[in-house]
Amino acid sequence: MASLDDLKKRIASVKSTQKITKAMKMVAAAKLRRAQESAEKGRPYSEKMNNVILNLSNGISDKENAPKLLSGTGQEKTHLCVVMTSDRGLCGGFNSNIIKKAKSYFGKILDEGKELKIITVGSKGNDQLKRVYGDKIIENISFKESKNANYFDADKVGKMVIEKFEAEEFDVCTIFYNQFKNVITQIPQAQQIIPLNNEGEEKGSEESYEFEPDEDEILSNLLPKNISTQIFKAMLENSASEQGSRMSAMDNATRNAGEMVDKLTIEYNRSRQAAITKELIEIISGAESL
Amino acid sequence: MSEEFKVEIVNPEKSFLVKDDVSEVVVPAFEGEMGILKDHISIISFLKPGIIKILSKSGDENYYVEDGIVEFKNNNLSILTSTIFNLADMDKSKQQDLLKQAEEEANKTDINDQSKYLADQKVEVLKTLN
Repeated sequence: MASLDDLKKRIASVKSTQKITKAMKMVAAAKLRRAQESAEKGRPYSEKMNNVILNLSNGISDKENAPKLLSGTGQEKTHLCVVMTSDRGLCGGFNSNIIKKAKSYFGKILDEGKELKIITVGSKGNDQLKRVYGDKIIENISFKESKNANYFDADKVGKMVIEKFEAEEFDVCTIFYNQFKNVITQIPQAQQIIPLNNEGEEKGSEESYEFEPDEDEILSNLLPKNISTQIFKAMLENSASEQGSRMSAMDNATRNAGEMVDKLTIEYNRSRQAAITKELIEIISGAESL
Repeated sequence: MSEEFKVEIVNPEKSFLVKDDVSEVVVPAFEGEMGILKDHISIISFLKPGIIKILSKSGDENYYVEDGIVEFKNNNLSILTSTIFNLADMDKSKQQDLLKQAEEEANKTDINDQSKYLADQKVEVLKTLN
């Protein structure tokens, strides 16, 4: 059995770990509130953007000559996957969940004999993917310097994706991120952004619009912006999810540390009592033998 | 009947401005300035760098934008833009910064005609402000 001194040291060490996890939880909670707020504030923009594009693509007369970003290149040979993760660890299953989702998608693509290219955003994703898919990663971006998700960063990623698309480096682009549902639930998402996946197309209004200049020109101007917007939305959702995930992970860690301290304290008290009893027995039996 | 309609300006970070007592909005549409009054036909257009003028009972406001999309429908005007500044809050040094950036871009030789045109527009608008 561990000596009293050892137990004391262990209790002290667990307690200081608990203090750290508690502090991290508090910080995450404060950050989460901000991240959640900006995620909510960012929603109108992407929703409106989607609406406008829906209305436009409904109004487009010549589907054949529609911009490639909307209709695709006509083939599905090369897939580009943008995997968005965090730059920092200690956030529970946040990064692993995205990676798991992405890996199962990668497996499917490779099984079908298609080509795969990966862009990782955030260093944690790169760390986890480079062991297996190292040769497929063509770009690794991380925004360690920027504190909060901002549109400027998203635009950089978006422009890069579009550049590669125009250079015909890929046919289909999918982004992977965690959608924030609540503090305990984040859902890993795979969202196809090129060609634009128009699910629920019927929702667009039937009212006809006047376009100035014509639909094609507006669309070709709008679609690149939409890519950046979608990536920005993913970044916002991701940062809210990261903080939420970290908060619940740290909450668990704090609770576990508390349980451990309780257990160790009981053990410490027991051994202390045992030592006292032992000493007493020794004294009494010594007195008796006289 | 009132002659007012609702305008909403959104940027990626947040809903920038919502006003529902607007009588006229002038936007720098891509093919020239466009004034929008109540009961305008539904329209979608996009913006070039310029000034958005919002005229309302509670006072006129001017905003500088670099790009964006306008959608007008059922007397709701939505403006989506990534770069917008209220002229009243914009001081000289900020204007100078933007002007410098725009001039640098306009002087690049390796850009296509459209971006060149947009950059020139930026310079022009910013110069008139100063």
